[in-house]
Amino acid sequence: MRRLALWAIPVAFLGFFFVYPVVTIIGRGLWPGGHLDLSPVADVVTNPSLRSVLWFTVWQAAVSTVLTLLVALPTAFVLARLRFRGRSLVRALMTVPFVLPTVVVASSFRALGFDTSIVAILLAHVFFNVAVVVRTVGGLWSHLDPRQEDAARVLGANRLRVFTSITIPALRPAILAAASIVYLFCFTSFGVILILGGSGRATLETEIFRQATQLNLPTAAALSIAQLLATVAMLVVAGRLQGRRDVAMDLQPAIETARPIRGRGDRALLIGVLGSAAVLLGTPIAVLIVRSFDTGTGFGFGFYRALSSLRADSVLFVPPVEAIGNSLLYATAATVLALLVGGPAAFAVARSRRGGTLDVVLALPLGVSAVMVGFGFLIAFDPPVDLRSSWVLVPIAHALVGIPFVVRIAVPVIRSIDPRLREAAAVLGASPRTIWREVDLPVAARGLMVGAGFAFAISLGEFGATAFIARPDRPTLPVVVFRLLGQPGAQNFGAAMAASTILVVLTVAAMLGIERLRASELGAF
Amino acid sequence: MSFRRMSPRRVLTFVVVVCLTVGALATVVGAREPVTITLITHDSFNVSKSVLRAFTRSTGIKVRVLRAGDAGQVLNQAILTKDHPLADVLYGVDNTYLSRGLNNAIFEPYKAKALDTVPAEYLLDARHRATPIDRSYVCVNDDKRWFADHNLARPTSLGDLTLPEYRGLLVVENPATSSTGLPFLLATIAEFGEAEAGGGGWRDYWSRLRANDVLVVDGWEQAWYEHFTAGAENGDRPLVVSYASSPPATVNKAGTNARAGTLLKSCFEQVEFAGVLRGTEHPSAARDLIDFMLSKRFQEDVPGQMYVFPVRDDVELPAEFARFVEVPSDPLALASDLIDENRDRWIREWTETVLR
Amino acid sequence: MLEVRGLSVRYDDSLAVDGLDLSVADREVVCVLGPSGSGKTTLLRAIAGLEPIAAGVVLRDGADLAGVPPHRRGLGFMFQEHALFPHRDVIGNVAFGLRMHRLPRDQVAARAREVLALVGLDGFERRSVRELSGGERQRVALARALAPEPSLLMLDEPLGALDRALRDDLARELRHLFERLGIAVLLVTHDHDEAFALGDRVAVVHDGHIEQIGTPVDVWRQPATEFVARFLGWNVTDALGAGRTAVRPDALRVTAHGQLAGRVVERTFHRDHFLIRVALSGRDETLDVAIHDTEPPTIGETVRLAVDPEGLVPLPR
Repeated sequence: MRRLALWAIPVAFLGFFFVYPVVTIIGRGLWPGGHLDLSPVADVVTNPSLRSVLWFTVWQAAVSTVLTLLVALPTAFVLARLRFRGRSLVRALMTVPFVLPTVVVASSFRALGFDTSIVAILLAHVFFNVAVVVRTVGGLWSHLDPRQEDAARVLGANRLRVFTSITIPALRPAILAAASIVYLFCFTSFGVILILGGSGRATLETEIFRQATQLNLPTAAALSIAQLLATVAMLVVAGRLQGRRDVAMDLQPAIETARPIRGRGDRALLIGVLGSAAVLLGTPIAVLIVRSFDTGTGFGFGFYRALSSLRADSVLFVPPVEAIGNSLLYATAATVLALLVGGPAAFAVARSRRGGTLDVVLALPLGVSAVMVGFGFLIAFDPPVDLRSSWVLVPIAHALVGIPFVVRIAVPVIRSIDPRLREAAAVLGASPRTIWREVDLPVAARGLMVGAGFAFAISLGEFGATAFIARPDRPTLPVVVFRLLGQPGAQNFGAAMAASTILVVLTVAAMLGIERLRASELGAF
Repeated sequence: MSFRRMSPRRVLTFVVVVCLTVGALATVVGAREPVTITLITHDSFNVSKSVLRAFTRSTGIKVRVLRAGDAGQVLNQAILTKDHPLADVLYGVDNTYLSRGLNNAIFEPYKAKALDTVPAEYLLDARHRATPIDRSYVCVNDDKRWFADHNLARPTSLGDLTLPEYRGLLVVENPATSSTGLPFLLATIAEFGEAEAGGGGWRDYWSRLRANDVLVVDGWEQAWYEHFTAGAENGDRPLVVSYASSPPATVNKAGTNARAGTLLKSCFEQVEFAGVLRGTEHPSAARDLIDFMLSKRFQEDVPGQMYVFPVRDDVELPAEFARFVEVPSDPLALASDLIDENRDRWIREWTETVLR
Repeated sequence: MLEVRGLSVRYDDSLAVDGLDLSVADREVVCVLGPSGSGKTTLLRAIAGLEPIAAGVVLRDGADLAGVPPHRRGLGFMFQEHALFPHRDVIGNVAFGLRMHRLPRDQVAARAREVLALVGLDGFERRSVRELSGGERQRVALARALAPEPSLLMLDEPLGALDRALRDDLARELRHLFERLGIAVLLVTHDHDEAFALGDRVAVVHDGHIEQIGTPVDVWRQPATEFVARFLGWNVTDALGAGRTAVRPDALRVTAHGQLAGRVVERTFHRDHFLIRVALSGRDETLDVAIHDTEPPTIGETVRLAVDPEGLVPLPR
């Protein structure tokens, strides 16, 4: 029965705010005038150009994911295993790309000389998603007992063998969880494809967008079904590979598994890995920041001042403080929602035999076109319960994307809790629900907090469906950036860079704050 | 906070209560007393605070602005929600999409009071379901300084753009994704027409543009801020598809000269409309807002806030506009019905011609 | 008073505990001694309510504990690898059980400090349990189990992973502690020195049932079964002509006129004595002989052995 309670909240939330709207909009497309018409589905299946779109969608997502892993795993290792000053700052900085508007990043990429091409797409996908892998995998990595690796080395395994036969299997659940999220992000990538891919490159997502905005709902619905099926297939395969980890891992506190920098090898590793990460992630951000200060007549705060003076007489104008406030409000609401739904869901997934199904369902919002979700909201949340133009839809839409992060990061942590801890608590007089509160929750909290950090960043960065929701005028920082870039003039452009820089600073501050919260609540663990 | 403590039934109750509360709150916020009307519009809608305040002062009606993306999305949302409209008034459907709005019957007819001040050419709906508010011109802008520096004559017509001396100089937006790309495609269709038996027509023109190394980008932001030499830091294209009203953004510090100019023969005319949404609960307040949008006060505010032209011809333009904006005397145009009928096909054919 | 009657615990297809009877009186220390895999740990877990029982009853002061969940049994349990809460500091671990019993806050702190002092860890309150040495962790685990004053304290291999010197010290301390606190203790170990040093009574278990139970002296002097005899290091032989017999290694002497002849095949040094293993001539059998004061024979030497009847116990067939 308790298990049922854990399931009820995520299932109800997802059912009402995701499944219901998506089914409604697909239904509108395939049941025009009350009878089922599957001819658009047949068209999609037989259309050769759509087949090539599907192929491109799949392979660019797969290649992007592999590249992201290649870049992110060494970084995760360094951040997890080497102790050096500024580690948490580096970790916080890693999250910045995640929140930057695509337009802004694309602009930086171009300033760096990357023209629209497939290379630019792949590079941008890596840029945006490295944080997902570094934080998801790094979280587990920093708690793995390094003595296992030592043991393997003593038994005669070389470093590579240790990595492939001890480290990778131990990290596998986290790697697969992160990889499938990255894959879905690239699979449904929209802005990157349009802006950096150059015209003529199309993915399922851009096709759905094009069809939906032409109000060609039948085709959009058919394409969405294809997208949904591909997403489910990918998630199921990833889930199979991941397997179910029943074995509790003896997790160690991060402080003990990390070693201080020793000798030239460590230093070279640190500099090499962080240096490459800095070049890849840092340069575009640096370009952005420099541009925000470079007023053309020297460096200064001109564009920042412009943020609060530019067109202050219009209804469009938002004082920057207010935009920051709105961003923080939405992000906080989205994070709380993601924890309230994702927390119970994580326990349900970790503890239940059928948890895998829930895990897949919870990840679906990552793999469904944002425009369809947005349109679904519009027609599903009709009167009498009219949510369509309410501000709450914004954090709800953000939470839908944040929940899979919370779940996927927390589940391996929950599964790794030593069952003897629970038994010890029971014998000491703790009832099952007290055990949950006193043992499971505090230990799971570190996973939940990393997930919460992502939910927060997702919301700060204005993800997906909200762009397609009519919303009262409560603009967030990314919205301010879009509006400024929508008008010509050096002042507008500079002010957009300034607003983006504020977003960067806000993100770093929020991530550091969350990290501190995590550390203080749980002590060294 | 323990979910395990709750019985499943209590959890369900909890969820239902939360949902209902959220819903109720939203409804309460949505229907504030006594008369607040909702205006659904696109992201570039803008008006001076003082002007909107004047409307509220004189009528007692408050206006809540709901932003719904670009012009196409605003219309899509209005159509998807036409049984239970999100707003009372829609502002921002233009002549390229007007007939889609009219065919989907989202508007209620209303003949605005000041309609007689609007030139007849902008009154595109005889039944007055949509009231014209502003007009704009999507044109090719050029970087005058660049052409001077390179001792090259500025192109003047669409046809010029296919000449070898202008090779690799033009950046345009994709009509499938951009609200400037589509009008420019329509301009070329208006100019060159559909293909005839012996060839020619707009597709032929675009083939020649393509052969002349035209650059296609996804949106106006990329075109202007990444490529246009007079708009970007390291721009590489001195010709861009933008608006007749864009040049003031390139005025020098002294305020004496605009770096960008307009190819007046390349302009496509866009007229933007507002309308009362069918099913509104405040029809009379909604009509008041339409009237206000045609009032001199609002019309005078339009150029400064949205970089477009008022539809009324008895309104004075701001000094910067009067000085640096050239208004095409004979812009290109296409009938709204024609556009609606062929838009999808044209975009598809354009994609095949230019991108594949 | 704890009583276990006919207790069976099933693991998959086999019985880890098989119809076991055992009682622990108030203030009594009972040691369950057995090799690994004999069901000792399962027995403790079943008593604690952590394993479902296939048959039998567990009674506390005559009351059946069936259906009483672990957290209401009021038993203390010290786990083999301590299972300290990694997310709590030392005092947080020790105070846990007290908080579970809803003691007022100030009493919780006072009692936790008191117990910490009792195990010799005053001043360790705010230390992270991860920073502790093995012995310190063992003391924290003990303090945690003792703090709520359980009616019965169960310890699973309490000295398991510690080094020898530390084990001897801690064993002595535990003995004193049990006497001082006067609580009932059920302790599980595979080490007979430990069991004999700590227990008022020792129960030797094998394959889920008790082979023999009694005072340490009785068990050591009178092994009741061949299993117990072998487990305690006795020789079991038929060579003496008195049927199956258990012979203590120090009841055998090397002498020129001994009744048994054999060849030395192994010789090991044990602090205060040597142990030699002698392969008996004409039999496929070896005997271990403890040699205390004389110089032991070398490997390969042929010796004769005499038997001291005091160190000889006939075994049931």
